[in-house]
Amino acid sequence: MTKITDSIRWLLNSGRGNEIFFKGVTTLILAAGSVLILIPFLYMISTSLKDPAQIRSDSTSLIPRKPKTIEVNGKNEPLYQVTYNGETQEFALIKKIPNGFGQFVDPAAPNEIIELKLKEQRALYRLDIHWENYPEAVTAMPFWRYLGNTLVVTFVGMFGMLFSSSLVAYGFSRFRAKWLNVLFLLLLSTIMLPSQVRLIPVYILFNKLGWVNTLLPLIIPQFFANAYDVFLLRQFFMTIPLELDDAAKIDGANPLQVLMYIILPQARPALVSIGIFHFLYAWNDFYEPLIFLHSRENWTLAVGLQTFDAIYTINTHLIMAVSVLMIVPPILLFFFAQKIFTQGVVFSGIKG
Amino acid sequence: MTFPAFRKISLARREELAAYAFVLPWIIGFLVFTIGPMLASLYFSFTKYDIVSPPQWIGLANYQRAFSGVWDAIRTGDPRQFGDPLFWKSLQVTLYFASIALPLNLFFSFFLAILLNQKVPGVNVWRTIFFLPSIIAGVAVTLLWVRIFNPRLGILNPFLQNVLGIQNPPQWLGDPDWAVPALVIMSLWSVGGSMIIYLAGLQGVPTDLYDAAKVDGANAWQRFWNVTFPMMTPVIFYNLVLGMIGTFQYFTEVYIATSGNGGPQHATLFYNLYLYQNAFRFFDMGYASTLAWILFVIILALTALIFRSSGVWVYYEGQLRGK
Repeated sequence: MTKITDSIRWLLNSGRGNEIFFKGVTTLILAAGSVLILIPFLYMISTSLKDPAQIRSDSTSLIPRKPKTIEVNGKNEPLYQVTYNGETQEFALIKKIPNGFGQFVDPAAPNEIIELKLKEQRALYRLDIHWENYPEAVTAMPFWRYLGNTLVVTFVGMFGMLFSSSLVAYGFSRFRAKWLNVLFLLLLSTIMLPSQVRLIPVYILFNKLGWVNTLLPLIIPQFFANAYDVFLLRQFFMTIPLELDDAAKIDGANPLQVLMYIILPQARPALVSIGIFHFLYAWNDFYEPLIFLHSRENWTLAVGLQTFDAIYTINTHLIMAVSVLMIVPPILLFFFAQKIFTQGVVFSGIKG
Repeated sequence: MTFPAFRKISLARREELAAYAFVLPWIIGFLVFTIGPMLASLYFSFTKYDIVSPPQWIGLANYQRAFSGVWDAIRTGDPRQFGDPLFWKSLQVTLYFASIALPLNLFFSFFLAILLNQKVPGVNVWRTIFFLPSIIAGVAVTLLWVRIFNPRLGILNPFLQNVLGIQNPPQWLGDPDWAVPALVIMSLWSVGGSMIIYLAGLQGVPTDLYDAAKVDGANAWQRFWNVTFPMMTPVIFYNLVLGMIGTFQYFTEVYIATSGNGGPQHATLFYNLYLYQNAFRFFDMGYASTLAWILFVIILALTALIFRSSGVWVYYEGQLRGK
């Protein structure tokens, strides 16, 4: 005994003990926090695999399950693990009676009724996973249509953003012109600008053009660059040595060719990074699709799922199934490009 | 590829033209989608406009509607004296949310970042887990949390009752007093987004500062308070500004959680939701533009305010070097 306390005292007195102690506590807090983060995910997945009855009666279980039953006198009765006569046995519950007791029978001898306290017995469950929720969910709403719209908005918009932002960032990073600095400051000043202050006239403009209730209002503005992505790309372009441009120019390349064959290949990490962030933005965006898309066949997944929930909120299992489908692409993307995420934040957040 | 007209102009002029040609997409976008609409919405804010009939100039009436009765309401303490009580309610809801969510977010994300900056086993796994919720924010996540908060079908209240022994757990989104705290809890789940920014900041603190502090005999707490914290204040400042602006633009979660109504009893009528309702439910584009411009001024003022006060407590490494 003294040996243990001695060694603990030694650990605490030496710096090493402190370090081990701190690391242990840190790991413990992180593990507890991770559980809090992960439980909602597990709840989402498990709810998507339950049927409505399971959701109603067994909502807190993170495993989709049903009570085990057994046929007793021609009726299906729930099976319990009970302690009876000092032995653990599997009995069927045939009737709940007042004061928290239940009438149990041994399925092998169904005529002898045994009264036991319900709370002390353990209900037995079997796994009951409803994979069919997924095919049902994607047919209950025009899922593929929504997905198609979302992909068009996301990827055509991404192309437009990359295309225009590259041109503009190139203009701001490689040329000298009288008003260029003023324009760049103007560009930066729009980063903090709340979109609400311009959204209403933009809506009216698109309405006049007949574009409201088409995907165009979500796509076309992407072709005119945006402050955030231009700024990131420009910062990256500035790190590419000018000698490369000069070498290409001596070989007779015009500015557009320098951009295409020298700058863009060098800037691939930055392009991938802003592309990924654009994907997440467009995939999750709800505000603009809600405003611009009015009819069912034009909705994106975000608006389609929300509307389905507003009308059929009772179908929790189907809504959670589509929710799972909706978070899978961002999560996959995250795992494939984890480095880019953390670097991208560094690069956009504070180091810039 | 030489055009005859091009040969006559000087090289510098050519460079200028090329520069403007490359930035042209942004200039057009700026005129058509930013500055033009901004001026238009400023104009609309002085009109009555329902899209169908042309805008009708009504001077300051929209601004009067928002601000009238302020004095009476303050004097009598009766919110019904406001010309537009919902406008003030939405400001109150927004500031209430910000006053709980921002400090909690700052605390948790900073704390997590410090823990995740230690060399503990499996640190990359922990980082991934905490960061995960912030990349899937939006509809799916809100629909999930609405169900977690559901008093009958959710998992939160059974947990509070059976594990923590709380007798009457709140009705969350169904209770005017608990709807905003519920949204705060939901937002804290995605704390990983700001956590990763703090983590990047922590990793940018030069290790020689810690070494110097150790040589001077500083303990872990002193090293944190005198090295880490001052070095991190620019990042904290950056996150606070963004958080405040984000709260004034908070929309998706509350729209989904309340079917766009801001209920119960306007308890979650956030500023941006009220703006949306005026514009796209009541089609009162004039008043909605007024709200948008008030929002714009608020955000400008907040940014300026935090920028000015930051001189007192924000530490930039460059400043010291400059001295």
